[in-house]
Amino acid sequence: MKRYVIIGNGVAAARCIEGIRSVDLSGEITVVSEENRAVYCRPLISYYLEGKTDLVRMRYREEGFYDRMDCKVLYGRRATHIHKDLKEVELDDGRGLSYDALCLATGSAPFVPPFKGLETVPQRFSFMTLDDALSLEKAIEKTSRVLIVGAGLIGLKCAEGIRERVESVTVCDLADRVLSSILDADCASMMQRRLEEHGISFLLGDSAERFEGNRACMTSGKTVDFDVLVLAVGVRANTALLREIGGAVNRGILVDENMKTSVEQIYAAGDCTEGWDLSAGQNRVLAILPNASLQGFTAGVNMAGGFLKFEKGMPLNSIGFFGLHAMTAGSYEGEFYEEKTETSLKRLFTKDDLLKGFILIGCEERAGIYTSMIREKTPLSSVDFDLMKQGATTAAYSAVERRKKFGGMV
Amino acid sequence: MRENELMKRVYVNEEWCLGCHLCEYNCAFANSGLSDMVLALKGKPIYPRIHIEGGEKISYAVSCRHCKDPICVASCIAGALSKENGVIRIAQEKCVGCLTCVLVCPYGALAPNKNGVMQKCELCLQNTCGEPACVKGCPNRAIVYEERGKGE
Repeated sequence: MKRYVIIGNGVAAARCIEGIRSVDLSGEITVVSEENRAVYCRPLISYYLEGKTDLVRMRYREEGFYDRMDCKVLYGRRATHIHKDLKEVELDDGRGLSYDALCLATGSAPFVPPFKGLETVPQRFSFMTLDDALSLEKAIEKTSRVLIVGAGLIGLKCAEGIRERVESVTVCDLADRVLSSILDADCASMMQRRLEEHGISFLLGDSAERFEGNRACMTSGKTVDFDVLVLAVGVRANTALLREIGGAVNRGILVDENMKTSVEQIYAAGDCTEGWDLSAGQNRVLAILPNASLQGFTAGVNMAGGFLKFEKGMPLNSIGFFGLHAMTAGSYEGEFYEEKTETSLKRLFTKDDLLKGFILIGCEERAGIYTSMIREKTPLSSVDFDLMKQGATTAAYSAVERRKKFGGMV
Repeated sequence: MRENELMKRVYVNEEWCLGCHLCEYNCAFANSGLSDMVLALKGKPIYPRIHIEGGEKISYAVSCRHCKDPICVASCIAGALSKENGVIRIAQEKCVGCLTCVLVCPYGALAPNKNGVMQKCELCLQNTCGEPACVKGCPNRAIVYEERGKGE
């Protein structure tokens, strides 16, 4: 009987379990879960604070999932080392787990820069896990002034999540705009405006130089007094377990299209990996849930002796604030076509007869048709791209292509 | 653990579609939970789970294809989409309206309801219609409910 070990218990791990069981119904699966919880939807922690979901609804899988999958979970345990020659994972309680196939689904961890005086701040939080969200929830009151360091996806979703529950929310970021990893200045300002309309204040191009208790002294010379501090500067892939045994690691654990790492019988999936981005034609850390899910399942199938490839990863983000949605996909390469109104913005990036990426704000209808053009590398010359520019539609495909798409099972 | 993929699905013959949009109204009515079509639809914006695409030359109805490897299910950040017995379903109480499924569906088959919660074609298996209302009400038999193999 084959022994599988999965380190981590997020979405990539759950999908890895499902992948294994799609091939092997009898092998022994053990999951090492540092968090004391069954798999939950991590991107929903801000929605939890906003009251749009709760602890039951935000479970990723139904109760009894691990039993149904005949899978053992070691809660509250951490893997400390991999003995690759013995094929054994060492746990923090000294126990060893032998494996025939191992999956690293270790996710990522908040990156906290060495701010001066950070230790003097009484109430400070990260915003990565459900426990982080629950601790933050305990700390905030109607009268709280909250300072969030980082205007990226995590920081801003946190801001939206707590806005109605506190007195004020201020977000600062070293970058000169919000969501700087996925939006340029024009697009970012649309999202920023919506957030400001809902009472969130910004200090951009500015960062905390030092903290003095409940005061942040900014590089600009300004000071911000706050009651609660949230640090959402960035995240880093958890790669240490593989790095220290000489496995290939860049910004994430390097994986091939089968989710194999450079070390025999060790696979990896999810936010801890660096895999192929087909839109950019290079490796990238794609720390997004769809990727974790598809990589996890692929890893599981291959660990169990099946054959599955995942080679269609690319950046994808659908993020909304107070009803205004921004969707981004692929790489912003080549020339772009733009349509802009007061309330919406569309940018389609094209290069070498291909759609490479897009940004859509407030015009998200059927966006997946654009995404599919990037993913399938559909030549622009094979579709009515002028029609496609007006709005994503399968009517822009040729009749023959449409028959393929709609005439039978897909 | 893979379910049997041979099952009936909704297909459209675009050469027969008149672009009359009746399927959209029949869909909205079937999923309204009301027994009176006038009460359900008159004077209200409708949120059908099927929609007509195309223009002057060609038109056709699009609804969920219930894909073999559904990318919407894999991508759902709320674990709200799932596939049961070949049918892709949405647990609306879990949906947070992030629209990730809209961002990934290659057919443009998903759209939110009036409250921003996603809804999708579940082949009228969850309502009292019994068979897909779009198919039943199509005046030109352009929409059919049948078993087919892969597309050409």
